[in-house]
Formats: sequence, structure tokens, C-alpha cells
Amino acid sequence: MSLDKAAVAKVANLARIRIEEKDLEPMAAELNNILGWVEQLGEVDTDNVEPMTSVADMRLRWRADAVTDGGYVEDVVANAPSREDGFFAVPKVIE
Amino acid sequence: MSDLTKLSIAAARDGLKAGDFSARELTAAHITAMAASKPLNAFITETPEVAVDAATASDARRARGEAGKLEGIPLAIKDLFCTKDVLTTAASHILDGFNPRYESTVTSNLWAEGAVMLGKANLDEFAMGSSNETSYYGNVVNPWRRQGDNRDLVPGGSSGGSASAVASFSAMGATGTDTGGSIRQPASFTGIVGMKPTYGRCSRWGVVAFASSLDQPGPMARSVRDTAIMLEAMAGFDPKDSTSVNMPVPNFEAALTGDIRGLKIGIPKEYRLEGMSEEIGALWQQGIDWMKAAGAEIIDISLPHTKYALPAYYIIAPAEASSNLARYDGVRFGLRVEGKDMNDMYASTRGEGFGAEVKRRLLIGTYALSAGYYDAYYLKAQKVRSRIAEDFKQAYLSVDAILTPTAPSAAFGFGEKGDDPLEMYLNDVFTVPASLAGLPGISVPAGLSKDGLPLGLQLLGRPFDEETVFRAAGVLEEAAAFTAVPADWWRG
Repeated sequence: MSLDKAAVAKVANLARIRIEEKDLEPMAAELNNILGWVEQLGEVDTDNVEPMTSVADMRLRWRADAVTDGGYVEDVVANAPSREDGFFAVPKVIE
Repeated sequence: MSDLTKLSIAAARDGLKAGDFSARELTAAHITAMAASKPLNAFITETPEVAVDAATASDARRARGEAGKLEGIPLAIKDLFCTKDVLTTAASHILDGFNPRYESTVTSNLWAEGAVMLGKANLDEFAMGSSNETSYYGNVVNPWRRQGDNRDLVPGGSSGGSASAVASFSAMGATGTDTGGSIRQPASFTGIVGMKPTYGRCSRWGVVAFASSLDQPGPMARSVRDTAIMLEAMAGFDPKDSTSVNMPVPNFEAALTGDIRGLKIGIPKEYRLEGMSEEIGALWQQGIDWMKAAGAEIIDISLPHTKYALPAYYIIAPAEASSNLARYDGVRFGLRVEGKDMNDMYASTRGEGFGAEVKRRLLIGTYALSAGYYDAYYLKAQKVRSRIAEDFKQAYLSVDAILTPTAPSAAFGFGEKGDDPLEMYLNDVFTVPASLAGLPGISVPAGLSKDGLPLGLQLLGRPFDEETVFRAAGVLEEAAAFTAVPADWWRG
């Protein structure tokens, strides 16, 4: 599997990261270098091996689906680059 | 009065208790040292006023007989921990001006035990790096230099500022975080002790997330005892972190008995890398001999999937990062770069706000998680991770701890490993496997390279058996008797 310029542009769009046109080619080379190296994972026999999803032999804890805290509108929006009346303000999304 | 910055945390604790000096005096000495260490660029934000206030409050608590475990001890905090109303950057442009309205659990625990914050330590951007060359706030410089050579060296990463602050006697200890070696490798590069606890031991709540299944906070200090004292204060169950483990926190300092007679220590043959430098090999053998002389039983073991740890890590960590860092969207905090519409604003903000290494990892991670590639990359890496964890589980049936080098080399120069990311990634070859398995590990300074630079040895333990790791590390430390300190050239 090898990424070309168009594939990098597609991934960059998925990640919502602007990559300048002139940087696509070098980025493709860098990513292919890394992905090529990762290919060696194919040598490992992983038939009947469960993917590791937890470090300790434990299940995620459950908790009651209850409100335990809140009422911090000012704290929540305090760091927003743009805010209005306790809301985050964003560019218009609906015409 | 002798230089208070040269004391260990344990000695400062005793001195404060005996009334030999006050927390204000101890803090003032460190504020002066921190200010003099500017050429090292170890701090992104210095908080001397916060420190003086905290030290004053600490002296008052002590006068009332309410001293905590770290009462009056001045620390550096890696700038990945959210600190209430104090700029928190993750060393990234994208968190410009972010002043958290909450305090991370680990730092809350430290303040509750009386510790004093000196400032926020520099790091690789979002903790992604092994040399502290990716910070938006500039490189951190290692206090150590090669003998007869005045060129600057990297402090390692990602907790490079924490390491440099402790090694330069600007802070008595520091918090770090370790995802693939970010506490242990910089500790090795700067001649200090760095301890990565078992995943789940310290809360991740309020720590800027990189790779959630790997990130683990831990202490960095100038002795094994000091890291044990710090970890006891940092650790503990936290309902706000879903992977925090509900277990009692032992008295880690009490584990330092100095007795490892009969302890079984494993030496993994796969860590004897082809082309491993002679001095690293010799240091490792020296460590084996020290442990043997102290009465430990040395056992050769095999961790057959070791060579696959790095490639698995460089899928898993970027994949989790691509998900975690989706939150930096120019809406809720930090930088916003305006665009012609919402998507354009996102892309511009993230294009400008993230540095080159972060972008590279986010693209790898996004690709590894994207439709059609998820099974081939992410799922495969998670399965390989299971096999790596299984290797350790098997090994721990016959040994109590594992001894290896911490890093394949001593500290290197700036730009020396800049061209090929893969070459940089190899720095973590000895630290990543235990990260993937979630195991506790410590780096202890054990000797000097032929150029006069510190080299560390790593001890790994069973899950939640930090006590054995500390006990063995204490013996290693005593045998190595590492007393070298860097010449303080940065004071000018």
C-alpha cells in the first residue's frame, strides 16, 4: 500500500489539516517511508489473537447515568476564541 | 547557608521538618536557579508569584502541624498538565492563550500534599518527540555537554524541560508523562531518575491527551527515593479517569529496603540489538554484575516480539492521537484562523496550529483508522500489541523484574537525527515495549559515556508492582554511585 499525492490530500481533508500543494509530495514520501517500515507487522502471526484494548485485566467501570456536576457555562466558554451569550460562536454553517 | 537547590527531596523534607530553613527560603533558592537557567529553555511559563504564595501557605501549614508528604517542595510541572488559571500549552501553537479553569488530578494531589509549583516545563509538541526539538516554544537544551565540546545537546523527550529543570538544579523534581518512553529516555539523557508507573496508577484526568491507552504521568527527580516519595503523592484512584485503577497506593519509599537477595532479574536477549554500541553493551553487563553481586539471580529470558513494538506503537499512538486531537478545532479553546466557511476555518486553524511532527502523526493516524485500512493497520497493530504483552506475561512467570538499557545512545546534538523520522523513533526501542504492555519502568543513571555523558539503565516490573521496581532500582543506584553533575555553564 502506497500513498500518492491525491491520497495524502484526501487524508489531510479527513483530518481537517491544510497541507499546501507543494508540501503534498514530500509528505507522501515521508508517510510512505513510515508505512513501509510498519509493513513488517505482517510477519507476526496474529491468527486467533484478540486485539489488545485494555492494559490491565479489567473492564471499564460503569457508573450511574446521572447528573453529578454542572452549571459552569462561564468556565466552559472562557477559553473560546469567539463566544456570545454563553455559547461558542462559529462561522455560519447554514445559508 | 549551603546551596538549598543541591538537596534531595528527602533531605529537604528533613531540613524543613527540623526547621533548618523555611519553604519560602527553599522556594526562593529555586526561583533564582530557574531564572539563571534561561539558556536551557526548560520552562515555557515561570510562575514565581504562584510559588512564593504556595511556599508561604506551606510554612503556615507546617506551623499548624499539618505538613503533607511533599510539604514545601518546589517542583516543575510538565506543560501537559492543566493548571487552573495558569497558561497550559502542550508546547503547541494551537493552544495559544489556553488558561484551564480546572486543575489536573495529579497536580491537585501534589498541591494537597504541600508541593510548590515553580513553573510549566517545556516539552515536545503534544509530547510527540524524543529530543524536545518539536516544541513551538523552542528547543530545550541539555545541561550536559560532551567533554571538551561546548555544543548544545538535546535533553531527550518528550519530558525534556522537566528533565533539564531537574538536572540543572532548577527544580527538586518534576512531573513527566510517558507514552512510549517520554519520562525514561530524557531521564537517561540528563543523568536523573524517571519512573513510569503502571498504566492506571496515576490519573490522566486533566492531562492533555496524546494516546489515551498509553499515556501515564510519573515522577522525575535526582534519586530513586525522591521519585518514590513523589509517586506516592501523585498516584491514587480517580473516578474521573475511566482507566484509573482502584487500588491502595503503597508506601513506595518503604519499598527501598536495599535487599534484593533472591530476586529474579530477567535479561531479554532481543534487547541485545545488532550494532548496539559497545559502551551501552558494557554498561548493561555492568548492571547485570551489580545485581548479581547484590544477591539477585540473573535469568536469560526471551521477549520474541520485541522488534515489532516500535512499528505497532507508530500505528497505535498516532491513531489515538488523531482521534484525541480532533478537539482542536478553533472553536472551544486556543488558536482560531478564520476561513471562508466552517471547514476552511478548521483546516486553516489546524494547518497553522500544528507543527510538522504532529501533522505527520495525525495523518498516519487518520489513514490507519480510515475506511478500508483499519483492519490492515490499527487492528493488526492492536493484535501485535497483545502478543507483546503476552511475551512479558510469560517472562514474569520466571522473573520478578527485567533489566535493560534505557536508550540506545547518550544525548545527541540538535538536528543530528532530524532528517529521517524513523531514526528518531529508534530512540524509544527499549522503552516502547513496556509502554505497550502498560508495565512500570524506571531509568536510573548508571554511568558515563566515553564523552562524559550520562547513560541510564532501565528496570521493568510486573503490573502494579512498582515496589519491586523501586527496590531493585535503589540497589542499582547504590551500586552505580552516580554522583557526576553537569558543569553549570548556563549560569554564564
